[in-house]
Amino acid sequence: MAEAEFTSASFYQALRDKRLIGTRCQECQNVYVPPRQVCPHCHSRDVEWVKVKGEGILVAYTTIAVGTSPMVAQGYDRNRHYCCGIVALAEGPRLCALIIGADAQKPASIKIGTAVSVAFPAETDKRAVLAFRIRQSD
Amino acid sequence: MVRRMNRPVAIVGVGISKFGAFKEKLGRELFAEAFTEMLGSVDRGIEARDIEALYVGSAAPLSFELQAHLAPIIADQVGLITKPAIRVESACASGGLALREGIIGVASELYDIVLVGGVEKMTNLPTTEVTDVLAAFSDSAYESRVGITFPGAYALLATAYRHRYGLTEEQLMAVAIKNHQNGALNPKAQFNCSIRDILIRRMANMMEKGQQTPNWASEMDFLKDREANPIIAWPLRLFDCSPITDGAACLLLVAGHLAKSFTDTPIYVIGSGQASDYSLSGRDDLTTLASAREAARQAYDMAGVHAEDIQMAEVHDCFTIAEILATEDLGFFEPGEGGRAVEQGITALQGTMPINPSGGLKAKGHPVGASGIAQAVEVWQQMRGEAGARQINRDVHLALTHNVGAHGASCLVHIYERR
Repeated sequence: MAEAEFTSASFYQALRDKRLIGTRCQECQNVYVPPRQVCPHCHSRDVEWVKVKGEGILVAYTTIAVGTSPMVAQGYDRNRHYCCGIVALAEGPRLCALIIGADAQKPASIKIGTAVSVAFPAETDKRAVLAFRIRQSD
Repeated sequence: MVRRMNRPVAIVGVGISKFGAFKEKLGRELFAEAFTEMLGSVDRGIEARDIEALYVGSAAPLSFELQAHLAPIIADQVGLITKPAIRVESACASGGLALREGIIGVASELYDIVLVGGVEKMTNLPTTEVTDVLAAFSDSAYESRVGITFPGAYALLATAYRHRYGLTEEQLMAVAIKNHQNGALNPKAQFNCSIRDILIRRMANMMEKGQQTPNWASEMDFLKDREANPIIAWPLRLFDCSPITDGAACLLLVAGHLAKSFTDTPIYVIGSGQASDYSLSGRDDLTTLASAREAARQAYDMAGVHAEDIQMAEVHDCFTIAEILATEDLGFFEPGEGGRAVEQGITALQGTMPINPSGGLKAKGHPVGASGIAQAVEVWQQMRGEAGARQINRDVHLALTHNVGAHGASCLVHIYERR
């Protein structure tokens, strides 16, 4: 991983390889997921790769009826909604993600604070998106 | 540090096109409509040749009209070639940014007389493509990519807000009902009708077709009907969202010492603030827009006034939740109190703190690049007692506009005074 550039392409390639990665600033120790070449907090360029566990909680969510065109192409519409959310990782950073395993037709049944785990895309998925799955055991 | 303008800047003329869906009109043609009205609004007249520069806000003309390099085309349309013509972009706050850049141009003494405007021609594209363009105002690599639409981004803010403060759907609906009531009194509004007018028309159409008519006893009943008011991005439904709109607006800005040569009643812009913020995932608090709080702080400090001094405001109600956030971020209400304030009628046209007397983005329409300028047009009309049927019945000499880019990644706040 050390040789990979701190880019979105590296982030999504790692996701296809079943790893959720970001950067840790060597000056202030702040962790960013996705990766950042320059630390937004202290402006240091001394950053290194860090792998995070991919576990967190839902801090906001919505179920979408009128979707983006890639989601519409997957068959989502006014009668079949999908769920998106903001996930706070155990390590701190937050991420926007597609939320799997929630009943998007019953939005009031979805709860803020619910535990979620990263759901990796297929190795061949050229347009991989970041997704988290509701953790059933919780 | 409090920043001040190098010299006063005043608005001495305004114009606004009809807002709506105009398949046969180009954005530049809508701008010319606004320009023509502006020329007629200057009490002692203006020679267009005396305008020294044009600042135009437009968010995505390349996507909506396949038109890049818009500013010279607008300048040509209104006869301003060879003057400098500058297009600025800050998503849905492009109009507010054009105003700020124009203020900087005049306050810096680079120019004495400038035209600032905004325009967007959105209705040529089908809804799915408009959804994609608006979603691209958020982070394409990490937000819209996962399927978050523009209503979806505000719905995320709404669920976080609801979780903390207990927002009800009736509070969101109260924003829509109020703004449509105001829009019904605004002849330039895309929805020049109340929600009651809409439900009566729907029922009449259904009866005409021999269909069974729903039992809508009130506007709330209608808004709670999932067929009439479907979910777009929960908890936001169709009537929580501003429409897709074509429209333009413009203002004539001049150096303060020239203002009285154009009109006895100039409106001075005494405060301007602008701020940026992280994408949604970078924010610790999703129940407020930090960019709005920072832009407001700058504008209040520059103007030397406080939230409680403001007598009316046009705020960025691209979604009903956005108006509730705005009234808190601007300091009119405590966090968590914005929803109750709407329900209590405080923000109604003749309430103690009128918000969006124009009908707001919700009812007036939201041609994204034009909205920030259209807000200033309303302020001008209200402060001069020229707002017709929707005139606030108290004297307004201090007002504010709040124009948000995307989900709050940018925000502009301006404060106006009639002396």
